[in-house]
Amino acid sequence: MSKPKVAFYWCASCGGCEETVVDLAEDILGVVEKVDIVLWPVAMDFKYKDIEAMPDKSITATFLNGAIRMTEQEEMARLLRRKSVYLIAYGSCAHLGGIPGLANQFPREQILKFNYEDAPTIPKGEQTRPLTAFTEEGRTTTLPALHNVVRTLDQVVDVDYYVPGCPPTPKITRAAVDALLSGKLPPKGSVIAPDHALCDECSRKDTKPDKWDFVEFKRPHQKLMDEKCFLAQGVVCMGPATRAGCDAVCTEGGMPCTGCFGPTSRVRDQGAKILSSLCSNLAAKEEDEIEATLAGIPDPVGTFYRYGLAKSILRRKINLPAKS
Amino acid sequence: MSEQWQPRIVAFFCNWCTYTAADLAGVSRLKYAANTRVIRLMCSGRVDPQFILDALAKGADAVLIGGCHPFDCHYAEGNYKCLRRFQLLKRMLKDMGIEEQRVRLEWISAAEGEKVKRVINEMTETIRALGPLGIPQKFAAWDQEMEAFAAHVEAGEALKTPCSAHAPQQEPAHV
Repeated sequence: MSKPKVAFYWCASCGGCEETVVDLAEDILGVVEKVDIVLWPVAMDFKYKDIEAMPDKSITATFLNGAIRMTEQEEMARLLRRKSVYLIAYGSCAHLGGIPGLANQFPREQILKFNYEDAPTIPKGEQTRPLTAFTEEGRTTTLPALHNVVRTLDQVVDVDYYVPGCPPTPKITRAAVDALLSGKLPPKGSVIAPDHALCDECSRKDTKPDKWDFVEFKRPHQKLMDEKCFLAQGVVCMGPATRAGCDAVCTEGGMPCTGCFGPTSRVRDQGAKILSSLCSNLAAKEEDEIEATLAGIPDPVGTFYRYGLAKSILRRKINLPAKS
Repeated sequence: MSEQWQPRIVAFFCNWCTYTAADLAGVSRLKYAANTRVIRLMCSGRVDPQFILDALAKGADAVLIGGCHPFDCHYAEGNYKCLRRFQLLKRMLKDMGIEEQRVRLEWISAAEGEKVKRVINEMTETIRALGPLGIPQKFAAWDQEMEAFAAHVEAGEALKTPCSAHAPQQEPAHV
């Protein structure tokens, strides 16, 4: 019997998700023994046309990381969807939009203008914008185009499973691979991680007070933080609105949760939920006192939707043009 | 926009004060604009910010929240929770490009039928002047950039031609 075929692909991402696959360490050998890797651009030399030539549904599982932001990424997402039995959104960017999703606060033109013309690192007179096609001596070279909107994988194609995290931890990755290889798969559309809040597995849980009464909020660099629950110290922690499964690596390491595993299944919009939770627990009752306390959260969109803006209810800043 | 467009306002009224005030406005035969769809909740503290975002994303032009006056909440604290969420949500909505007037919070006691009428009429006129929010139409317009590819890839033509052959035209190289 031939081994199941597996593909890894990356779109708008930083490469950290690829690292996690390597972080499986010696376990990766066990995986490689049981599967045939047919595409893995970061590590192995396969060509897109090899994938194109394969029959539909001939890849058992594709792990796709990264948001969908360029035409090429969208094509590959659609192609791999067609060729795969299971398409897995791997990591925060494919799952929720991730850090690239924060670009949904700006028009495309502004992003291109800054990055290719106005950035202080670009010498005057050398500003060049990338072209989608360029012809010289009768030969044409091409580049993909940048979309106006950053999308999650499931906003482009049908997704079977999600493996959350920025990046997913080796433990979470192993659980997903084991589920695939053993055929013990959860219902379609599941996020392959526990379905309760991060606080539940945080070692600082015992110091979480019953009643908060926030009087101020501090950002991690504005405060010397101790071993207690971050929220008890007035530091915004996304733990209550974030799915568990990472073994609380950030809070163990002395930093509050930033929400990369996304919400649990009962929550539709992670940012709205943490906003609701934090605000309801303020001590202030007068408008100006409330305003003063909330001044400690200067950028609610960037704080509450650090990984989830593309997947949030509003998806993108509403008054941006569809095309610029 | 077309002459047929009418503002659609979703209102979340608390059971004990504002909804009762709306009832009072009704039995008092006060006339007010018919643009508001009222949803009764037990308390303004029950208004999850997700409800507000969801209403806007599904086509409401504005959201009105009505609760008991300070010190008057049936559950002692619910209206304060609502007020605090409202203040940060308003800031967040501004960052997301939604005009401030589209989400409004009013304290209306059970005796203030007249205030229900005034607030709803005022808000209807404000939103009429602002025009439609039209988020579902925006989602559709944003996603138009994907349609060409769907057809192209489904036809099995992907990768035979370079991406840029069917990509939107981009700006010149030198500026």
